Amino acid sequence: MVALDMTTDTVPGDAAVAQHKMTTRNVNVYYGAKQAIKDVSIDIDMDNVTAFIGPSGCGKSTFLRTLNRMNDTVASARVTGEITLDGEDIYASSMDVVQLRARVGMVFQKPNPFPKSIYDNIAYGPRIHGLATSKADLDVIVESSLRRAGLWDEVKDRLRDSGTALSGGQQQRLCIGRAIAVEPEVILMDEPCSALDPIATAKIEELIHALRGRYAIVIVTHNMQQAARVSQRTAFFHLGDLVEYGVTTDIFTNPREERTKDYITGRYG
Amino acid sequence: MAEQHTVSAFDDEINRLRGLVAEMGGRVELALDEAMQALVKQEPGLAERVIEGDLRVDALEAEVEKLVVQIIALRAPMANDLREVIAALKIVGVIERIGDYAKNIAKRSRQISGHRTIEPISLLPSMAQIAGEMVHDALDAFATRNAVLASAVIERDVLVDNFYNSIFRTLVTYMVENPKTISECAHLLFVAKNIERIGDHATNVAEMVYYAATGEYLPERDRAALAEG
Repeated sequence: MVALDMTTDTVPGDAAVAQHKMTTRNVNVYYGAKQAIKDVSIDIDMDNVTAFIGPSGCGKSTFLRTLNRMNDTVASARVTGEITLDGEDIYASSMDVVQLRARVGMVFQKPNPFPKSIYDNIAYGPRIHGLATSKADLDVIVESSLRRAGLWDEVKDRLRDSGTALSGGQQQRLCIGRAIAVEPEVILMDEPCSALDPIATAKIEELIHALRGRYAIVIVTHNMQQAARVSQRTAFFHLGDLVEYGVTTDIFTNPREERTKDYITGRYG
Repeated sequence: MAEQHTVSAFDDEINRLRGLVAEMGGRVELALDEAMQALVKQEPGLAERVIEGDLRVDALEAEVEKLVVQIIALRAPMANDLREVIAALKIVGVIERIGDYAKNIAKRSRQISGHRTIEPISLLPSMAQIAGEMVHDALDAFATRNAVLASAVIERDVLVDNFYNSIFRTLVTYMVENPKTISECAHLLFVAKNIERIGDHATNVAEMVYYAATGEYLPERDRAALAEG
């Protein structure tokens, strides 16, 4: 049984990883006077899907949004501490936020395709980031992104149809394809399945499994079974604290912290 | 920690599960006790009761299996809940075996009653008492999720083993000295072996309880010692 070193919130064995894809150190987030995240230090690696779990209002989504500076768009939000991507401080003044969000993509709770064709939903990002120089290049990117998103076979004959005409599950995979199209390194998913039925959910989970290793994936979920199914590392947040971070199997069979145990066994008041 | 689940029906099911395991445990403890009395006091009526009572033990095992499948399917238990439910499933399989050993002792008591020629039996009740206490304490440890009590059960298994070795030597001596006693001694040897196995099974239960209570396996040393058993 591995013992967790809670002083750094790293998982034993991860020390062998030469460099973490993302690290956070002593991160605090405030909304005005209210502190939403308290002193969170965590490492995120390429090889693992990392799940953030916790009750509503625990700060897990807030924390996820610090990882690509989505909180910048909230006027009252203030972030302190250090967050790095490949060792580079993402809150440094030299960091290009648009570029950062291409490298650290995001998929939201409600599928939000652009009111454009399926093709243009995927092609939009590569176009504005200058990843394609010709129509042929763009076609290749659209096809490979839709294939990786597990959607190609379902939409290849109707790429000109509106993205919003797809089913909810297909729309969500389209959004994942859109994030993939700009060649991100990290994909953040904020409750990606909460608006989907179980079959569409299973397809997203299968997709997460297929994408693992190619991208560092962080998923926020209310569904503990989903966290158990898709992730290799799980972080439990409660009232802005990172209570426990560890190997998913350990968290769900033998959590160290009482608060984690009470939450995952359904004893949370 | 909060003892109650938010979903109280889950608590009801867990409590029912604990109740069934406790009832099963109580029944096999009694069965062992009565089987030994049947043997020592040569009371065939008691032996019959043990044999019939084993049917109820088997039925309880089936009931626990069904309930565990239901809990896993409907409640998706996690962490200590999951460990407890899995432990219950494994423990009732072991208790059922203990019940079978008690039944076997009862059957043998019928076969040798009436033509008793030797009196090596004095050691057997003492041995059975320790094994019975081990079963009792292992199930107590399960009911109270007490890892310390579970560990104490495991340590006592060596006493049962020592009894077995002593009884084995005594009975072999009898058989060598007086071949007329061979049939009876063979039965008694099986009785001793059955009790020895009950001690081993109580140890297994205690190990499962330890895991359910702590999430940790017992140190390898103890498990290796058991394997030699």
